[in-house]
Amino acid sequence: MLPFFRRALVGYAFTYRQITLTKRYWMWEVVFMVYSLATTLAIGFLGAGVQSVAGPGVDISRLILYLLTGSLLWGYLAVIFWDISNMITWERWAGTIEYTFMAPVSRSVHILGMCTWTIFYSLMRAIVMLIIVALVFHLDLSKSNFVGALAVLAVANLSFIGLGTLVAILPLVSPEKGAQMTGIVEGILLLVSGVYYDISVLPGWMQLISKLSPATYALRGMRRALLDGDGITALWNEILPLAILGIVLIPLGLIIFRRMEIYCKKVGLLKRSG
Amino acid sequence: MSQCTYTSIVGSNNAENNKMNTVALEIVNLTKSFRKDGRGSQDRKGIMRLLARRKTITRVVDSVSFAVNQGEIFGVLGPNGSGKSTLIRIISTLLLPDEGIARVFGHDVTKEPDIVRNMISRVSADAAFFRSMSAIENLTYSARLYGIPAKEARSRMTALLRRLDMPMDKLTIQMSELSRGMQQKIAITRAFMTYPALLLLDEPTTGLDPKSKRKVQSFVREIRNEHGGTVLLTTHDMEEAETLCDRIAILNSGKIVAMGTANEIKAGCNTCGDSPSLETVFIKLAGKSIDEAEEED
Repeated sequence: MLPFFRRALVGYAFTYRQITLTKRYWMWEVVFMVYSLATTLAIGFLGAGVQSVAGPGVDISRLILYLLTGSLLWGYLAVIFWDISNMITWERWAGTIEYTFMAPVSRSVHILGMCTWTIFYSLMRAIVMLIIVALVFHLDLSKSNFVGALAVLAVANLSFIGLGTLVAILPLVSPEKGAQMTGIVEGILLLVSGVYYDISVLPGWMQLISKLSPATYALRGMRRALLDGDGITALWNEILPLAILGIVLIPLGLIIFRRMEIYCKKVGLLKRSG
Repeated sequence: MSQCTYTSIVGSNNAENNKMNTVALEIVNLTKSFRKDGRGSQDRKGIMRLLARRKTITRVVDSVSFAVNQGEIFGVLGPNGSGKSTLIRIISTLLLPDEGIARVFGHDVTKEPDIVRNMISRVSADAAFFRSMSAIENLTYSARLYGIPAKEARSRMTALLRRLDMPMDKLTIQMSELSRGMQQKIAITRAFMTYPALLLLDEPTTGLDPKSKRKVQSFVREIRNEHGGTVLLTTHDMEEAETLCDRIAILNSGKIVAMGTANEIKAGCNTCGDSPSLETVFIKLAGKSIDEAEEED
């Protein structure tokens, strides 16, 4: 078998596993979907109710779309980040970590296989939610530039895969506390990236951190595409930093992961827990 | 450790003596130590406890050397904490040794792990699976990790599971609902499905009922005779070691204290009485009985 096809088959092993587990726990997926949808709708209604609190003069339709774009995109990116960053945690819990790491599989193929399903699943989930919230809030997407939005999303995937790989090192080197630390990183990203507000409202030091978060550029680019109708050319100043972060973070994540894997093999950390 | 006069600490080492045979596994002066939290800090509190923590270094595998021929079943016996599993984890490319070399068919496990991984498979006492997936799903997933297409995997797993007397109607239910013996049969199928050149069996029959145990043992023998695969087996079961293994090494505190055929090991113990059993020799060499060793688990 040609090396490329063999790698594709091996990578599909992880995709197959994720599909199987998703089917097995379909009820949990429904719960997760309903909860996320409820949260997104609540945020939409928060926007709808602003005028009754703050008085007239606010473009409610724009505010709702602004908030919902943040909520939906964050929901999409957070699933990718969570799945990649916790790929080691799940292997430890299942007890399969030793079998995965002694299989003839490179880490890049491992991550690629995981991402294939995660991106497809997150995208389907985001599309379903977008349709529902569009119907509930009668969103006006006539001015939106979907090509621009998809370009931002595609490049954002790369940077979030890289960031997830980098953060996956935490559960690798710290079996007891690593998983919790990935949650802290996700919380910080949520705070500084401007999911529900413009980052200009943040204190100066937080704005500095926000420049390192790929979610900042992804959210701003997506809003410009959906709210203002900006196309790929106009969005270049958001896509370029996203692409640079992706180009830097993916190899950096893989290199550091590989180094940490060697460290774990020296001290005996590649074993199950729980 | 009990005092034991042993005239032939290392008995026949066929792999070294018979150069005509292919050496499947070569271990040379392998050493591995771990740092662990020292004692004496448990009775202190807060910052004092942290300050009192000292790391102690434990040498788990200590200058171990042996070689295993292709097609041989080589047993490693030893009490818990003797270094058996650490040795297997080094060969599995999951641990890096501090010193020494481990080679699988001439390939260094630390320098050429990708080549080695294509040649080995492992069964451990604790069958690790995605327990919410079925046996077929777990085996298909594992086969794909080794580049075996699903159709080919299905045919291999069916043939292997039939030989292990696994009820086929159990293959589609979740692993968590299978008995321990059935789970272990699935683990053995997973390991054999890739046709490994070197099979690492880390206490594969622990916890199995006598019938399942015999089935697994005869299966290992059959497969070895048919395909000429090499097996490194760690076990607590003296009978299993004696009937299954061509040669045995007894490991205690990380060191090999005896090696040879079962008869050579028994004959080499001068203080074990006339016609000692392998267990008697083991107790003399390891300083504890098999029951004591199992209780430490």
